[in-house]
Amino acid sequence: MRVWKFGNDVNTDLITPGRYTITTDKTKLGKIVFIEHRPEFAKVKTGDIIVAGKNFGCGSSREHAPVAIKAAGVSAVIAESFARIFFRNAINIGLPLFVCEEVDRIDDGDLVEINFETGQIHDKTKNVVLKAKPLPRFIQKIVEKGGLVNFLRSEGYV
Amino acid sequence: MGLTITEKILANASHKSEVASGDVVIADVDIVMAHDSTAPLAVEGLYKIGKKVFDPHKIVIVFDHFFPPPSVDAARLHQKVRNFVTEQKISNLFTDGVCHQILVEKFVSPGNVIVGADSHTCTEGALGAFSTGLGSTDIAGAMATGKCWFKIPESLKFNLSGSPEKGVHAKDLILDIIKQVGADGALYKAAEFTGDYVKNASVSSRLTLCNMAVEMGAKNGIIEADEKTRNFLGRKGKIFKSDKDAVYEDEYKIEVDRIEPQVACPPTVDNVKPVTSVEGKKVDQAYIGTCTNGRLEDIEIATRILKGKRTADNVRLLVIPASTKIYLDAFGKGYLQEIIKSGGIICNPGCGPCVGRHEGVLAEGETCISTQNRNFSGRMGHPKAEIYLASPATVAASALAGEIVDPRGYI
Repeated sequence: MRVWKFGNDVNTDLITPGRYTITTDKTKLGKIVFIEHRPEFAKVKTGDIIVAGKNFGCGSSREHAPVAIKAAGVSAVIAESFARIFFRNAINIGLPLFVCEEVDRIDDGDLVEINFETGQIHDKTKNVVLKAKPLPRFIQKIVEKGGLVNFLRSEGYV
Repeated sequence: MGLTITEKILANASHKSEVASGDVVIADVDIVMAHDSTAPLAVEGLYKIGKKVFDPHKIVIVFDHFFPPPSVDAARLHQKVRNFVTEQKISNLFTDGVCHQILVEKFVSPGNVIVGADSHTCTEGALGAFSTGLGSTDIAGAMATGKCWFKIPESLKFNLSGSPEKGVHAKDLILDIIKQVGADGALYKAAEFTGDYVKNASVSSRLTLCNMAVEMGAKNGIIEADEKTRNFLGRKGKIFKSDKDAVYEDEYKIEVDRIEPQVACPPTVDNVKPVTSVEGKKVDQAYIGTCTNGRLEDIEIATRILKGKRTADNVRLLVIPASTKIYLDAFGKGYLQEIIKSGGIICNPGCGPCVGRHEGVLAEGETCISTQNRNFSGRMGHPKAEIYLASPATVAASALAGEIVDPRGYI
């Protein structure tokens, strides 16, 4: 799937500007991802992947950011590190995240395949295979359940 | 091995005698907050969970990000949240201030665990509480269960010593710290502020320090509560203190008297420079307010500079008290009257234009100097508008000059 590459400290105001998030409509949110920061992102196709540097998703706690990325059809975000609220939000709503320190080996437009089970990232354009860091066990359980709501149910919290 | 304040509060709330950084705990929460921008998704999350809130008196909803509603869409979201509040019998819905200021004035006690669907929920840590920002689904989970999971963070210690020069304020100090640490230098960590400056500082200044902890990636900002905290709050709570042998991942020593007024330049909060290096930059808007610097002390600092003078013709000066209590106090002391006479505009308590939704949105090419905490592209309007972050003194002085100036020449 095509890679959309970004740098460090991509904040939630760039992902989903506050002026566009006075809604909870996922279809509307799916159309505003990077609307001002990178308007050509509107051409994103289902399954495409965002690859970024450090601290992806910093700034506001707005869950609209991962919700919008998921609604736009993005299948996963790979970054060197994630801001903590964005990280929790994405896990909670079932947007797959991969932490990988070698993201600088992936370029914009590369074709990449991710093995969601093993965390193996195959850059088919460059023919290199990178490995994502495994998530902590507790967080892995939330991911396996598809998000926080199912996790709370399955663990008997609600 | 000793423990930090953050570790002690989280151990206490998760009924453990001891915790270590990296442990995952499930803690009881004392306050669960959401505002008009994040509550709508939290409401949907709770409907998915299909349960009632765990305690309608411990949920606090604040309409501050776009109140009164500037559009039909905004009004619809308020309507949706109001219906939820009625149906769940939630006793705390406020429309008269910024969520963090409302929590400080009415709810927080030392030792509390507070979760809020707003990244600046780290502000409340200035009162000796563990307080952190979360997203809407986490908040829905906390509303349903009264609990939340946390990884115990490593702590960074910021030791601030000395007294600031006249014209230098808590905002300048935290900007200087963010310049040193960087936008992700405290990622996932607790930022503990201590030292004789912090002990002597007002509660208002302490809140400014903790407010911006998230701008260096921190999970929470925290300051040991003391008698000053208790007197300010009128609530005792439980005071936790870091042990002498508590473990910190790193310690920063900040000599406050050596710091001059600072400005965070667009488009990132860690792009901090001394004000002297950006003097002369023309401004179109000057904004004093927000959860960072909308308190009485901040309005007083601005009034002292503005009193008897007139803002530059090219500047619109906005002053937005962080709560109705502050609004009335500032009115009672005559500050707002002086600001209005100097050319300032006073808006209703709330977030104002900080997120670019109303009350002072910027056009392409315009520049705002603001006391808020973020200067990202597109935050306050057009993506080609620029935001500089500074103290209330620097913003007030710049409003008079029509360009960014060093406030030390105006006091």
